[in-house]
Order: sequence, then C-alpha cells, then structure tokens
Amino acid sequence: MELVMAIGIGVVAASGVWLMLRPRTFQVIIGLSMLTYAVNMFLLSMGRLRIGDAPVLESTTGIDPAAFSDPVPQSLVLTSIVISFSMTALFLVVLLAARGLTGTDHVDGEEVNA
Amino acid sequence: MIGDLVALLGAGVGGLGGLGGVGGLGGGTVAGLGGPVGGQLINLSPHLPILPIVVPLVAAAIMLLLDERVRNAKAIIGSLTTLALVIVSLMLVRTITGQGADGVAQVLVYRLGDWAAPFGIVLVVDRLAALMVLVTSVLGFAAFLYSLARWAIVGPRFHSLFLLLLMGLNGAFLTGDLFNLYVFFEVLLAASYGLLLHASGRARVRAGLQYIAINLASSMVFLIGVGLMYSVTGTLNMADLAAKAATLGAGDLALYKAGFAILVVAFLTKAGMWPLSFWLPTAYSAASPPAAAIFAVMTKVGVYVTLRMLMLASGSGDATGIVELISPWLLVGGIATIVYGSVGVLSSRELPRLAAYSTLISSGTLLAAFGTADERVIGASLYYLVASTLAVGAAFLLAEPIARRKEVEAVQVVEPVFGDDFETNLRSEFEGYEVGVVIPASTALLGGAFVVCALVLIGLPPLAGFVAKLGIMSGVLAHETAVSALSWVLVSVMVFSSLAMLLAFVRKGIEAFWLTGEETTAEVGSLEAIPIGLLLAICMAITLAAGPSMRYIDLTSAELTAPTVYSEAVLGEQQ
Repeated sequence: MELVMAIGIGVVAASGVWLMLRPRTFQVIIGLSMLTYAVNMFLLSMGRLRIGDAPVLESTTGIDPAAFSDPVPQSLVLTSIVISFSMTALFLVVLLAARGLTGTDHVDGEEVNA
Repeated sequence: MIGDLVALLGAGVGGLGGLGGVGGLGGGTVAGLGGPVGGQLINLSPHLPILPIVVPLVAAAIMLLLDERVRNAKAIIGSLTTLALVIVSLMLVRTITGQGADGVAQVLVYRLGDWAAPFGIVLVVDRLAALMVLVTSVLGFAAFLYSLARWAIVGPRFHSLFLLLLMGLNGAFLTGDLFNLYVFFEVLLAASYGLLLHASGRARVRAGLQYIAINLASSMVFLIGVGLMYSVTGTLNMADLAAKAATLGAGDLALYKAGFAILVVAFLTKAGMWPLSFWLPTAYSAASPPAAAIFAVMTKVGVYVTLRMLMLASGSGDATGIVELISPWLLVGGIATIVYGSVGVLSSRELPRLAAYSTLISSGTLLAAFGTADERVIGASLYYLVASTLAVGAAFLLAEPIARRKEVEAVQVVEPVFGDDFETNLRSEFEGYEVGVVIPASTALLGGAFVVCALVLIGLPPLAGFVAKLGIMSGVLAHETAVSALSWVLVSVMVFSSLAMLLAFVRKGIEAFWLTGEETTAEVGSLEAIPIGLLLAICMAITLAAGPSMRYIDLTSAELTAPTVYSEAVLGEQQ
C-alpha cells in the first residue's frame, strides 16, 4: 500500500509543481490545489498506513494504544486543509482582480510575445 | 489611597486569574517564575506571555464589528492596542531580566489549557523571544501611528489586518510548538496578503499575485518538513524534537535531517536567502509604506526560527549532526544574499526598492553570521538585527514623504546624477542669492531622518549599524584557530555591501534633496514625523546605551548556545 500512496503523492505533487510554473493564473491556482492535495496526503501517511485501525479509544485503561490510529496527523491534515482552502479562495479573488486591472490572465501582468 | 486602589485592582484581577486557573479555561501555569515582580499591580504576570497574542486579536475583532466609516474609534482602539503591546513587551523583557540578576537564565513557559508539554502547546519566552516581541511592538506602534495620517483609510479593514499581522508575528516568536508555528505563520501571511493589496492598483495586485503564490508554495514545503520530523519522533514540541532526535537510529535520523533541511528551506524563503529571494524586492517595494515597514519584521521571523531550531539542535553537542549539515549552507547562502542585495541596491532609483534590497542585505548578513555558529558572532548579529530592522522600517516610512516633494513622471528617465549640467546650474542659480536660504522645516526633518537612516543601514560610525557590523566582523575574525577562507569572504562581502549602500543612499539623497528642479514643499504631518523620529531615536539610543544592550544580547546568545535551559524549562519534570 505504501507504494501506491507514494506513487500517487509523487504524481499529484509533480503535476502541481508543473502547473504552478505555467504562465496562466488559472493553471497556477489548479497547480497549487494539486500541491496541497499531495501534501495533505503526505501528512496523513505520516501516521503510518494501516488498514482497519479504530480511530476512537474504546476505554482509557486496559487497551494497547498502538492498536489505534494516530490522531495527530489527522488533526494536522484538518488544519492544513482548512488553511489551504481559504488561501485558495483568497488567491482566486486576487486572480480576478489581476484580470480586471491588467486585462490579461498572464502571470506577468502583460502578454509576453515569445 | 492610590495604594488601596491598586491593591483592590490587583485583588480583582487576581481573583479572575484564580477563577480561570481553577476552571482550566485557557488558564496557564508558569514554570520558572518565582518571586514578586514589582508589586500587586502586576497580578497579570502569570498570563503575560499570552497577552501579545490575545490583545491584538480581541482588538481586531472589535474593530471588525465597527462600520468602515467609523474611523476615529478604530484609530483610538488601534493606537491604544499597539501602545499596550509595547508596554507588555517591555514588561516581558523586564520579567526575563529582573530575575536571574546573577546571570542565571530564566525562561517563562506558558502552557495553553494547562496541558503539560510535550502533549500540549506551550509558549516559551526566553531572552531572544522577548527581544523579538519588543522589536515587533515598537515597529508596529510606529507604523500604525504613521498609517493614521493618511494610509489607513485608503482601503478597507486596514486597522484589523494590521493588528492581526501583529498577532501572527507575536505568536510566531513566542510559540514552542512546530505546528503552532505553522498556524501563526499562516495567520501572519494571510494578514500580510491583505496588507500588501491594501490601497489596490495594478502594480500592487501584480506583486500580490506573485507574493501569494510563492508563500503558498513555501507553506507546502513547511508542511512536508514538519510531517517528516513528526513521523520519526512522534512529537511536535520544539524542545522535545531536539531531545528525541538525539536518540534516533541511523535510518530515522536521515529522515529527520531531511525533514529539518526541508523545513529550513521554507523559513529561508521567508527570510529571503539568495536563490529564494527574487519575490522580495518586488513585493516589498509595491506595498504601501506602513505595510512595508511592518514587513521588515516578517523577514526576521524566518531568520529567528532558523536560529531557534539550529540552536536547539546544537544541544547535547550536536549529536544529530544537523548544525554541521546546515551551517555551511547558511554561510554560503548568506554571502550570496549580501552580494545580490548589494547589486540590487546599486540598481535602485526609488527609495522603497532601495529599502527592500537593504532588507535583503540585512537578512543575508544575519544568516551568514548564524552560519558561523559562533556565540560572539551571534550576539553581535542580534544587535544588528534590532538596528537594521528599525532602520529599514524607518526607510520605508520615509519613502513616501520624500517622493511627495518631486513630481515623478510615469516613465523614469534614467539620467546620470553627476552630469556636467549640475555644476553650471548650481552656480548660475545661486549667483545673487542673499546669504541664508530658508529651508522648510519638513525638508530639514526629512533630510535629517534620511541621513540617520542611511548611516545606520550602511554601517557608518557613530551609529548602531557600525557597532553591529564591527561586532560581527571582529567576532568572525577572532577565531582561536585559523580563520577560514569563507570568513574572509564574509568580511569582504560585508564591507562591499556597505560601500554599495553608501553609493546608493548618497546618490538617492542628492537626487531627492540637493538637485533643483520641479519640487513642492512637502507637507509632512506630525503623525508621520513622530513615528520616523521614534524609530531613529531608538537606533541612536541603543548606540548610546550600547553597554546595557550588549550585555542583554550577550546573555541572550549565551542562553541560545546552551539550550538545556530552554529544554528543562519546557519539559521540566519529565527530564
């Protein structure tokens, strides 16, 4: 399972980075979103990938904590998702403002004739 | 009678504190704080570390409830809040230095929700954190006052955004938990996006687009680093990370070091180290003056966190080998940043751009100084940090009143400043003048402030910049064994950067103040002059009071290079 996860995170992150380096602002935003997906999956996998671990403790005594899934990476990912989506929303507004003020959706603010 | 009132007030606050503590509602206990701190009035003292975060948050929230047109109330609330922040940070410094007068380091640890570290999040106030919070508060106060003159009302929600930025900055300086640091980084970045875009316009939105993109990418890198470090140690507390890292096996240690390096890349993007710094001049020169002034502290957050993590990792004799891994990169990168900043400074025609490249030079000097991992050099570089941050803030604040004096065309015609026309014009203009030309007060003030600011940034005697740079250079060269080639390169690059800044500032000063041409007498309000004067006066004050300042800073660097005090204060009984 680690192999699938690793390949998935790698492909999504690489696509995100490639898109971020493109000249159109919409591509940059989609690239950033893909990069945040990859990083969030990476953070989640930091708690070790196991199938069937219960997330909630059954009782506070007489149980082996190692049999349950690690709660900290889950909370880290939640925080990260919330922060990323609000930043993406802000970035979208700035993209629209840039489109309005510069008249183009090129990241440099003006069409670069190659 | 006053004493009775004070005692009553103290008892009331103490009662509230007790209620909070008993209920555990965000109450905190303090380890390492003993004895009275100057009377019953300061019964708030157990909660002092949380105040720099909570006070601007509450004030910003209140201001959001007020309508945009209610300007006076917002100005008053904001000024009182920033003033309160200065007072609180002074009290923090006093608390840190007041006890342990025998040189024993004291560290204030504030447990959020009274959960013990490393399970709970802690705020740690040691000398370095208190110093950084003080610098932030002073600069925030000055920039806020300046903004009240005209900039605050040009766009919506400036006051709230500014206070939230201060909250994020204070949180980043005070926290002792790595993911809490990420959260405060995002708070301050979000507020900074708003402030950069404040008073809109094509140039600002273009700069804002690039600024937001690069900062989002560096946040992703931050998360990758934190994730890697958590996965091998199982903790996010900074002190505990350093302690656990020393006990890792070879494979896990490699992952930890990789995570650490990735984390440091994110901080260095914020600090503006050379290959990661191309966004900085555009973004900072496009920002409105009060926003740009507070951005000067934002670069120092990256520098501060790098230093903190590096110093914590150097405990137990650098068992993990991290300091050995990272320091050379800091040294080389810092030198490259100084060179890049110097070239940029020579290429700048406008003061905001000049100040932005000066920020890069100061960042580079600090990073290179930390890369030497020498206690004396780190001490002198902290002094340089204070002086250069305040001077860069003053330079950003000065930029707009100076530009007001001349009409600037849309297309900058690149003219040589020292052209032949200059002398003949001067002679013909002054023939027949009576003795004593009246200089308007505003011009004199602006010119004087410009000169003081330039002196501090360049590093010319007698001001703080010179003392700081001399301290760094003598520390670098005063090695017991042979001085390495890189140290010589660092010293010569620092001298070169001073020369470059000298040329650039002198050229700008001549162009701004001495060349005759189409100019109007700029109206500089007192709300603009007082903050600039305050920042530069503090630069001069730390020169005059160099003895006590250096004593504080020497104790700070001694505390940093012996991180067991920090770890013991945070992890306490578990050790």
